[in-house]
Amino acid sequence: MSKIKCKCGHDNPFGTVLCEKCGRPMTEEAKNSEVVDMRYEGSARRSQTYKRSIIDKIWNFFSSVKIGVSIIIAVLATSAIGTLFPQKFYVPVNQESPAELLAYYERLYGFVGTLYYKLGFYDMYNSWWFKILIGMLGTSIIIASVDRVIPLYKSLKKQRTKRHPSFMKRQRIYGAGPSENADESLAKAEEKLKEMKYNVKTENGAILAEKNRFSRWGPYINHTGLILFLFGILLRGIPGFYVDQTMWIREGELRSIPGAPGYYLENKDFNMELYSKEEADEVFGKAIDRVGSIVKSYQTEVSLYKTKEDSLPGSTDLEHVKDYPIIVNKPLKFDGYNIFQMDYRQDELKAMTMELIEKKTGKSFGEFTIDLDDPKGIYELNDGARVDLIGYYADYDGVENGEPVSKSPIPNNPAFIFNMITPEKPQGEKSFVAIRQTLETQENAYKVKFVRADTRDISGLTIRKDKTLYVLLLGGLIFMIGVIQGSYWNHRRIWIQKGEGEELLVAAHTNKNWFSLKKELDAVKDVASLPKYEDRQDNESSTEEEKGEK
Amino acid sequence: MGLASLSANLLLVSFIAYLVATLFFGGAVKGAKSEASYRNHRWGNVAITITIIGFITHLGYFITRWIASGHAPVSNMFEFTTAFGMMLVGSFILLFFLYRTPSLGLFALPIAIIIIGYASMFPREITPLIPALQSYWLTIHVITAALGESILAISAVAGLIYLVKNIDMTNPSKQRFWIEAVMFTLVLVLGFVLSSTTFKLTGYEAKFTYIDKNETLAKIEYNYPPLFGMHEYEAQTPEAMTPWAEMPAIVNAKTLTTFVWSIATGTVLYLLLRLIFRKPIAALFQPFVKKANSQLMDEIGYRSVLIGFPVFTLGALIFAMIWAHEAWSRFWGWDPKEVWALITWLFYAAFLHLRLSKGWEGKKSAWLAVIGFVIIMFNLIAVNLIIAGLHSYA
Repeated sequence: MSKIKCKCGHDNPFGTVLCEKCGRPMTEEAKNSEVVDMRYEGSARRSQTYKRSIIDKIWNFFSSVKIGVSIIIAVLATSAIGTLFPQKFYVPVNQESPAELLAYYERLYGFVGTLYYKLGFYDMYNSWWFKILIGMLGTSIIIASVDRVIPLYKSLKKQRTKRHPSFMKRQRIYGAGPSENADESLAKAEEKLKEMKYNVKTENGAILAEKNRFSRWGPYINHTGLILFLFGILLRGIPGFYVDQTMWIREGELRSIPGAPGYYLENKDFNMELYSKEEADEVFGKAIDRVGSIVKSYQTEVSLYKTKEDSLPGSTDLEHVKDYPIIVNKPLKFDGYNIFQMDYRQDELKAMTMELIEKKTGKSFGEFTIDLDDPKGIYELNDGARVDLIGYYADYDGVENGEPVSKSPIPNNPAFIFNMITPEKPQGEKSFVAIRQTLETQENAYKVKFVRADTRDISGLTIRKDKTLYVLLLGGLIFMIGVIQGSYWNHRRIWIQKGEGEELLVAAHTNKNWFSLKKELDAVKDVASLPKYEDRQDNESSTEEEKGEK
Repeated sequence: MGLASLSANLLLVSFIAYLVATLFFGGAVKGAKSEASYRNHRWGNVAITITIIGFITHLGYFITRWIASGHAPVSNMFEFTTAFGMMLVGSFILLFFLYRTPSLGLFALPIAIIIIGYASMFPREITPLIPALQSYWLTIHVITAALGESILAISAVAGLIYLVKNIDMTNPSKQRFWIEAVMFTLVLVLGFVLSSTTFKLTGYEAKFTYIDKNETLAKIEYNYPPLFGMHEYEAQTPEAMTPWAEMPAIVNAKTLTTFVWSIATGTVLYLLLRLIFRKPIAALFQPFVKKANSQLMDEIGYRSVLIGFPVFTLGALIFAMIWAHEAWSRFWGWDPKEVWALITWLFYAAFLHLRLSKGWEGKKSAWLAVIGFVIIMFNLIAVNLIIAGLHSYA
């Protein structure tokens, strides 16, 4: 590629707007402008220079801030649409059934809901177009940053202290005027600028005072953090990096932990506690009166077990690891896994206690208890009586084709068929017993009467392992460092140099916060009696000053 | 006097202090002859002193309530919004000492007053924390997020001043319409405060039962005359008015009723103001912004986004993700509140890029700042009250 040679003798890369060394405008456009565009120091950016091949075109597309902002706005708009109605995963129906999902949106939101479903907005954040948008955003961040940071770095490194007057003249803050003693002014300015923590360089009657150049790298550092964050999310696709499982575990149950092979969990007790009126006292009393009860805690007491190291595969020889109360905000942590308290169901039936009695006399043959998870066939009672359980329907849902049916294996509505064997009726009498219901094929002399039920709670837990968290956290940290560096400091430069004769030229530039730059420049101006300068973007204060002088 | 009632009184004192300080800022802006005297005006000094006193009592409210309840008072709508108002005043004080512009106070304080007034319409009693909120992250996440939002809000205040000053109010234009729309919205919030207070003082109550969207029976109590009834409602208070219309299950008719009452009251209020002054509200404010330097307002607007953006990112996204991972087992779950925090963040990211690279300064930048504030308020109000999600605590 051909180089452009500046009058100062420096070879600039093709596409340069302002000479890297002395700042002379290199293009016609820059020569004709009154205030030159100082973004990226007028350096040669690839995207502004090469526009021919396909690669150039793709590069130029993604390096454009206009495109970048458009992608941001597109992500913003799609995200917003996704909050209009609840997303799929917050809908309380079978997630696998499109028909049920559609019916849900249709029932609650009518035509718009159907449309929302049909357009795929109900699962916005997993849709292919949303993923493509995020991918484009990542690409744009990388390309736009690389396109700018390299030339910016080069030209800030190569900048010369003494600039060409044509560069000075085209700065937003510029002043020129005669000076009584230019050398003394320069010396005083240098001293003052050093006192204000500027980095001062001098060259042949010229001063370049510079401060906080590092803040220019802030945007590129925060973009690196963002890219790292997006990369961390991609990593979740790799098996073993990310586990997300749920388990329901009953009180007293010992189960293997899904997603964490070799580990077992026992639910010893689940408790839900409410704020009581007494402890609430005067402070919370009013709130509890208004709202009713307020939950204080959900807690599952668990024991964690692990298969012994030397045991054979598949054996259930367990060793105890630890006991832990899992509460919301305090997950159980082990070996990179976290187990969270997420949900609960209270008062599931666990066992039912029954009694066999003679209808006529009310005589009892004793009680028996049916374990609803594992009902036995035969229950021996007093005086030679016994009850055979010949049919068990855990979740009784009516009779179909003359047979009772169970909806599920969960004992929500247990029903039984008993055969009651007594000395008087050795053949037994059959009876169908459900909650609040007894059916007999013929008039029986005996009956099984419900005495009481034992219940237990079930705890809903979520098991997570996320090795990408550290990558995400690091990405967030780097982003914060970059964004603070770029926002809380600004890169300021002040050029002061001798012009023709005893004339002094002053120019200044900052990437942001011009107000503070002007305050600092004023301080230098007062000490070193520099010429008056003008901010060419602020028309109001200059006119106001003139009015004040009249 | 118990701590809780002391706390309430301190809040009242700060509310009054902000009102008085606004008047003094007005005096400072009107009284100053030149820009120099405007910056160091005697009234301006009094105004900022009163603002600081108000801020200290506001902080006193916050601390005493914290001690009384045992947790940072940011756990429901009233507490959060009040804290947001406090931080808005704090951010204003910070920027006032950076730039010394009384005009900023003249606009920032009334907005803080409206916000505190709005907050007081929600149940004010101290509530114990539900399990999900029992974490020190409540303090860290919510306070940082609110602080970030309040600093960002200052940019909207500066933007508003810039726009009121620079939009030609004598001829109809799109910009004139929209700036007046912003003023109208502020009046609507006043309408909400006014109507809500009126019915609260008269002790209006109407109870209903209804069928909610999960098809179960639920109870609800209105504090406004019920214009709209809930799904399959049945009145429990016979003397209350009969609703005009019944709403489907997905619409919260109580919220809708409050909304319509507020709009109606606000509109009447607005029309009255227009009748009295015979000028658009924005034009009414123009004499007060004449002395504000446009370039400086632009700079304040930009600066407050620069200061607020990192704080917002840290509080509303990073701390939020860390806590969400502890409490809900995932750092991000596309809950509406989370999504709207992301939207706010993306919006300000777009703002910064447009400003840096496309040179959007002046009016364009001021409009963006105002839109940013609208998004923040949408996240605070609409997402909590209309779009139900995990964050709907109030």
